[in-house]
Amino acid sequence: MTVADPRAVPTARAQPRKRRRRGRSRPMSFLLHLSLLGAVVIAIFPVFWIAINSFKNYNDIVNHTTLSILPQDWTLSNYRHVLGAENHVFLTWLWNSVAIALMTTAVGVFLAATAGYALSRYRFPGYRAALNSFLVTQMFPAAILLVPIYNIVVHLGLLNTKTALVLAYSTVAVPFCVWMLKGYFDTIPISLEEAGRIDGLSPFGTFWRIVVPLSLPGLAVTCFYTFITAWNEVAFANIILIQNNSYTLPVGLRTYVFQFQQDWQYLTAGAVLVTIPAVIVFLLAQRYLVSGLTRGGVKG
Amino acid sequence: MRRRLRRGYAQWWFAYAMLVPVAIVMGLLVFYPLVRGILFSFTDANQYSIGNKFQPSSYNYIGLRNFRDILRSDEFRRVAGFTAVWTIVNVFFHFTIGLVLALALNRTLRFRGTYRMLLMVPWAVPSFISAFAWRFIFNNPYGFLDQLLQSIGWHDPPAFLGDPVWAKVSVIMTNVWLGVPFMMVALLGGLQAIDQDLLDAAEADGANAWQRFWNVTLPGLRPVAATVVLLGLIWTFNMFNVIYLITGGGPADATQIFATFAYQDAFVFKLYGQASAYGVIILSMLLVFGGFYRWAIARMGEETWA
Repeated sequence: MTVADPRAVPTARAQPRKRRRRGRSRPMSFLLHLSLLGAVVIAIFPVFWIAINSFKNYNDIVNHTTLSILPQDWTLSNYRHVLGAENHVFLTWLWNSVAIALMTTAVGVFLAATAGYALSRYRFPGYRAALNSFLVTQMFPAAILLVPIYNIVVHLGLLNTKTALVLAYSTVAVPFCVWMLKGYFDTIPISLEEAGRIDGLSPFGTFWRIVVPLSLPGLAVTCFYTFITAWNEVAFANIILIQNNSYTLPVGLRTYVFQFQQDWQYLTAGAVLVTIPAVIVFLLAQRYLVSGLTRGGVKG
Repeated sequence: MRRRLRRGYAQWWFAYAMLVPVAIVMGLLVFYPLVRGILFSFTDANQYSIGNKFQPSSYNYIGLRNFRDILRSDEFRRVAGFTAVWTIVNVFFHFTIGLVLALALNRTLRFRGTYRMLLMVPWAVPSFISAFAWRFIFNNPYGFLDQLLQSIGWHDPPAFLGDPVWAKVSVIMTNVWLGVPFMMVALLGGLQAIDQDLLDAAEADGANAWQRFWNVTLPGLRPVAATVVLLGLIWTFNMFNVIYLITGGGPADATQIFATFAYQDAFVFKLYGQASAYGVIILSMLLVFGGFYRWAIARMGEETWA
């Protein structure tokens, strides 16, 4: 068990150690910056390309006689169409995605917190088996559960419901959260709980009043990952949701480009609307993300 | 014996109580479907015989026939081949490109934070959006890549998503793009955890830059690398979105990996029994591989994965 202040765990954001600047010649510096710039261009180009095309009209996009980067005439009509057409169906998709991802996150974190704590603090008989089963389940290929879960959903009459997707996503979300939270609880010094016990708290009281408040950053990271995983899921959503107005975003946006006419102008506009908040939230949260994900793995 | 049991209960009741809710939910959501999936794999269930709310099921148990058919088919060999290529090539490039970028970002460098943030964009964008974006770029004939190649003089560029080989290259490129930032940031964290004194000592002893990298930096990265490579291999092996949304496994199943192929078997051809058998095969492969990996890492004397 690691007993360390979580903030002491090195993260990519940690300040670079003060070091002598080794004599790097000017050409070397230039090359370094040039290659990093090249990598940056590749990294952001698809996003830029989506964004720029969302302002083009259909004819401008499918015109392939000349390579034109910028729109011939800028238009907002794609955004108007995406937000307004078909009774605001895009907003319905957005709402479905948010609701399903939030419910999955709530189920996952709520259930997993107690289990993660038990696995972090107690070496009970069956400990190793329990830990391994969570690890293995979280890596299950969807292929093994798709058919039976679809079958169960059909038999329960839950086809086309949010409940069905929350249940399906929980199969991955719960073990994932257990594993993540166990890793985080491991970093919280046990001495605080001992102090709590001496002061008369029950075992659950120490968990609820001492460990949970100290784990808020870890809980936040876990929520974030669970949310994103549900938000990005396509396979289950594609088979369980069968009506246009119950689609989630990935399934709904797909309808723009998997028809006879590929409406890339609408897809790009929708993609921009989804991507902007996602990127902002991600970049704000990024400093916590990697240390949170690998900590559970690096230390057992 | 009796006393030992009772003491055990008194000692551990709290831990077990904390685990009960999860155990029940996992039993219902994972264990029960898993058993059902395994049972399906021994049946000839399809869309007519699997039954639904109104119609009882009518499939038959056919023993190991699904497994025999799958393992003997050419298709299985083709899909297995591309799954292996897909997983290994992707993780190889994730790791090498990620490491190179991490090493570059680990230097004293102006705009370091800005570079790092921009290089993380592929990770920040929802993966289904990235898949759409790349499909758009690879599009023939009005995709960006097509146009770019034409404008620099290649008048007849390949149909990136229409040609079996180019489609493979395209989906792999997309997934490499998608996976590099995670490796980069994870390895950067690993690099910064390496004791600077060790590097200084090596330098004082006369080690050149390459020797320092090979003998100090790389060994220091091993715990982080072992973990992220395993995660990467499993994620890539199971990656559904990129292939499904870009090529749908086509053209002519050229880009099918197990994850997408089993899905197609189940929900396009509605061969639920056979798809379940694929599921069982895939799961067994992952378990064998995971066990082997842990064993190999343990033999190397590193501690990973609890």
